[in-house]
Amino acid sequence: MSDIAERVKNIVVDHLGVEASKVTENASFIDDLGADSLDTVELVMAFEEEFGVEISDDAAEKILTVKDAIDYIQSQQG
Amino acid sequence: MRRVAVTGMGLVTPLGRGVKTNWERLIGGQSGIRTIERFDVSDLPCKIAGQIQFGDGSDGTLNLDDVVDSKERKKMDDFIIYALAAADEAIADSGWKPADDEDAEMTGVLIGSGIGGLPGIDDGSITIATKGPRRLSPFFIPSTLINLASGHVSIRYGFKGPNHAVVTACSTGAHAIGDAARMIALGDADVMVAGGTEGAVCRMGIAGFAAARALSTAYNETPTEASRPYDQGRDGFVMGEGAGIVVLEDLEHAKKRGAKIYAEVVGYGLSGDAYHITAPSEDGNGGFRSMRMALKRAGLNPEEIDYINAHGTSTPKGDEIEAGAVMRLFGAASNTVSMSSTKSSIGHLLGAAGAVEAIYSILSINHDIVPPTLNLRNPSESVQGLDLVPLEAKEKKVRAALSNSFGFGGTNASLVVKEFN
Repeated sequence: MSDIAERVKNIVVDHLGVEASKVTENASFIDDLGADSLDTVELVMAFEEEFGVEISDDAAEKILTVKDAIDYIQSQQG
Repeated sequence: MRRVAVTGMGLVTPLGRGVKTNWERLIGGQSGIRTIERFDVSDLPCKIAGQIQFGDGSDGTLNLDDVVDSKERKKMDDFIIYALAAADEAIADSGWKPADDEDAEMTGVLIGSGIGGLPGIDDGSITIATKGPRRLSPFFIPSTLINLASGHVSIRYGFKGPNHAVVTACSTGAHAIGDAARMIALGDADVMVAGGTEGAVCRMGIAGFAAARALSTAYNETPTEASRPYDQGRDGFVMGEGAGIVVLEDLEHAKKRGAKIYAEVVGYGLSGDAYHITAPSEDGNGGFRSMRMALKRAGLNPEEIDYINAHGTSTPKGDEIEAGAVMRLFGAASNTVSMSSTKSSIGHLLGAAGAVEAIYSILSINHDIVPPTLNLRNPSESVQGLDLVPLEAKEKKVRAALSNSFGFGGTNASLVVKEFN
């Protein structure tokens, strides 16, 4: 697992208070991990802070799963 | 109009979590006022407050994990957490659980706060100034809004009746109980979870009240002596935090389900000073009229009130103005009534004060003990005709009690609670 993926998963576990085993790459924040719309806003802020990137609202709307987040951050840091 | 019973009570105060702990410590003459260690007070003129003691839940401490999961706590400021803790106790104590939708829709929540999420507003302002608006949490607004205390309680318990909040500064808690009692009396709800909560002990809160010259500053080295209502050495109030929540219920509804009934809410009076934004009217007319209205609504004469839980904040002006109003209204009965300020033990809980003090008043009826006014060694001359229960609690038959709350803006509320028989 890449370093980015590991850090993304840690943030998700920490912010949503879910078991690490549930945070699979295909897990949807809202459908699988119990997040609501405000939780997802906060998650995106946490990703921005952790990785020093800026995620626009348009981009944030498309980040629905753990994998979406990892892919987006990788593309920004690539 | 329907009669209103109190069937559940919950407290979180600087004296501890829980009604039982509070009462034991209150009548034991303990103080919950301590040096502030949670944030920097080096540049503040007041360095003390009545603060909730956190811990593992033993010895009256508040275990936050018992109230709300740590992940959820970031979505709510302190005042909401205190309200949930006190509501949990009051609702469990009442034994009330809606059996169906109809029950749920006749159960409402009316919890107020004087200021709401001031610590969060303080932090949020720093975040915007130092990191920019994009770093402000999406939970900033819902964690600081005053009516979210009622919101969270209704969500947790599925209470779908009236969902309301009062914001009348230091009269909030009394107004919340009085207004909720009316909703029951008028048939808008059968059960109401009502009270006040406050969690404004933060740098901004202390600095703000200190700027208004409202706080005690002479007793930073001896915190338990700072709140001294009616005493010649008083120099301002001491901020406190916490929550008081009651379960109010239509009397027949309570009797039908065999609920334990602590007291009846029989009187409620409200008035405005129309005078000044922070100072009480010099002649005490506002407080006089709210007390008079509450007694009239209760159908009681002054001599039938055995205990007054005073607003008595320990400010130089307010205490004597209130005492003067009591002596005018009570006339000869002011020689027999006992009046104390429990703010001498816990400080001034602002929007929670009226609710916490209504509960202390009910407990005085239940136990036939009146709590003391701590630190009252040299009463001001103008109050010397009154029994202010100095230093120690005393046993006394209490048939009915009056609780006063007066707030900035010249808003006054008085409640009368009476033994149920």
